[in-house]
Amino acid sequence: MNIVVCVKQVPDTWAEKKLNPADKTQDRDSVDNVMNEIDEYAVEEALRIKEKLGTGEVTVLTMGPDKAVETIRKALSMGADKAVHISDPALHGTCVVQTSAVLAAALKGLEWDLVIAGSEATDSRVSVMAPLLSEQLGVPQLSLARKVTVDGGNVTVERVTEDGYDVVSAATPAIVSVVEKTNEPRYPSFKGIMAAKKKPLETKTVADLGIDAGTVGLAGATSEVVDFANRPPRSKGEIVKDEGDGGVKIATYLAGQKLI
Amino acid sequence: MAEVLVLVEHTDGTPKKVSFELLTFAKRLGTPSAVVLGGPGAGAAAEKLKEYGAEKVYVGESADLVDYLVAPKAEVLAELVGKTSPAAVLVASTSESKEVAARVAVKTGSGLITDAVDVSAEGIATQNIYGGAIVVQSKVSKGTPIITVRPNSVAAEAAAGAGTVENLTVSVSDAAKGARVVEKVAEKKSGRPELTEASIVVSGGRGLGGAEHFAVVEALADELHAAVGASRAATDAGWYPHTFQVGQTGKTVSPQLYIACGISGAIQHRAGMQTSKTIVAINKDPEAPIFELADFGVVGDLFQVVPQLTEEVKKRHG
Repeated sequence: MNIVVCVKQVPDTWAEKKLNPADKTQDRDSVDNVMNEIDEYAVEEALRIKEKLGTGEVTVLTMGPDKAVETIRKALSMGADKAVHISDPALHGTCVVQTSAVLAAALKGLEWDLVIAGSEATDSRVSVMAPLLSEQLGVPQLSLARKVTVDGGNVTVERVTEDGYDVVSAATPAIVSVVEKTNEPRYPSFKGIMAAKKKPLETKTVADLGIDAGTVGLAGATSEVVDFANRPPRSKGEIVKDEGDGGVKIATYLAGQKLI
Repeated sequence: MAEVLVLVEHTDGTPKKVSFELLTFAKRLGTPSAVVLGGPGAGAAAEKLKEYGAEKVYVGESADLVDYLVAPKAEVLAELVGKTSPAAVLVASTSESKEVAARVAVKTGSGLITDAVDVSAEGIATQNIYGGAIVVQSKVSKGTPIITVRPNSVAAEAAAGAGTVENLTVSVSDAAKGARVVEKVAEKKSGRPELTEASIVVSGGRGLGGAEHFAVVEALADELHAAVGASRAATDAGWYPHTFQVGQTGKTVSPQLYIACGISGAIQHRAGMQTSKTIVAINKDPEAPIFELADFGVVGDLFQVVPQLTEEVKKRHG
């Protein structure tokens, strides 16, 4: 079974994230960038499926600026076999819908039975790449999986819902997204890090994918940021030490705010 | 005025509060039309929807809409968008409806804005991004604006609408039947308000020290008619189901009152709750970052403070 894992490079969770005032896109230069945390679970899940079946290839796919290659290297050092990096200045500012169109175009050029993505990126948090790709490619969506089981040509997931989970099943090819309860991602070994340097990495431009550059980037975006502002910080509250009446004090505060 | 389609959130034909909030936003943009999709009986939602201004209620009932994941609902909604050319489509920011919205955006060649907390008459959406650190105004620049709106973003306003029911013929293509829902499993039926809709949320974290101690949090929640939340530390440890996780990779909540019990306030957690109107924190560690957000905080043992608070609320409620 061949698997493509979609990964995204994002600002480090602990970094103070900012937008560029000039074009209102995410500032990727003033922060440390890392592989989106949940994507590590996607890579891990793909590797586990491959190891269990003992056959197939895991390909990493990302769209991002040149430095996103660091995120690709991480996935390769975890054990993925090869990578495709879509990198083109024309992609700067591409909206989520058009990003899915670009990824779908790249996926059409690869051989796969499963695509696995993380359920959410910690920067944009739009959280719908799996259904977008499913719609773009016309293959089933198995999203928000906390458990993935492959049985022959069928994939079954436990999909996290509001009050528990749904068991959802589809025939391959299919698009899976995983939540961070799926597995425990491995750390790259020294050997893995060395091996990653020699693994095949293909870089593609928008033109390579047969996409009109006018349909992507800020100019082709289907939505636009009109304005933004920093939220004023919350004013400092009252912090007291419990002297045996902490609960009563909270109740008095809440009553004063007419919350109880 | 152009129609504005509102995809109704409901449980077997009983609309959820967020549906009324969406209708309230829809009125700013045009003439609100509710869209109820679900299994047989879903159309019962129509009665309530007209009390919140729905002029039309489109009803699509079919087992296919619940037996297959998301794609059938998107197919029906996209078809309706094609037929009605609405000014906008408003959808709740629940995990499933966001997915429906995403598919509809692709199908109709439209732009998608997610997790709005306000929508103006001009269709400008307000979003809190980066855990609420930045407030963004966005608009869709292509096709029909498809906007998902977080629950609790506006007070639902009652308004009489005609509520004219129009039944949709649901015929789902084979292509949309790719992902079959084999079984639905409810892990925790609590009877409490839903996390993202609740006006009060009481959450527990690492400080609870074990699954059994969530009873302390639940007792306070029940006294306040609140929902229960959990930090990622607590769900990772298996103390509480993932469904109740607040923060990055979990739910984003914005209640009137958020009470954090034994939660340090790591950035992942703050990203999911820091736009709450009032925040109260109880933690042993005076240095815990949650106190930077708290309007009122108590440094102390939650096993002393929380039960005392529960008792006190009980007394005051009489």
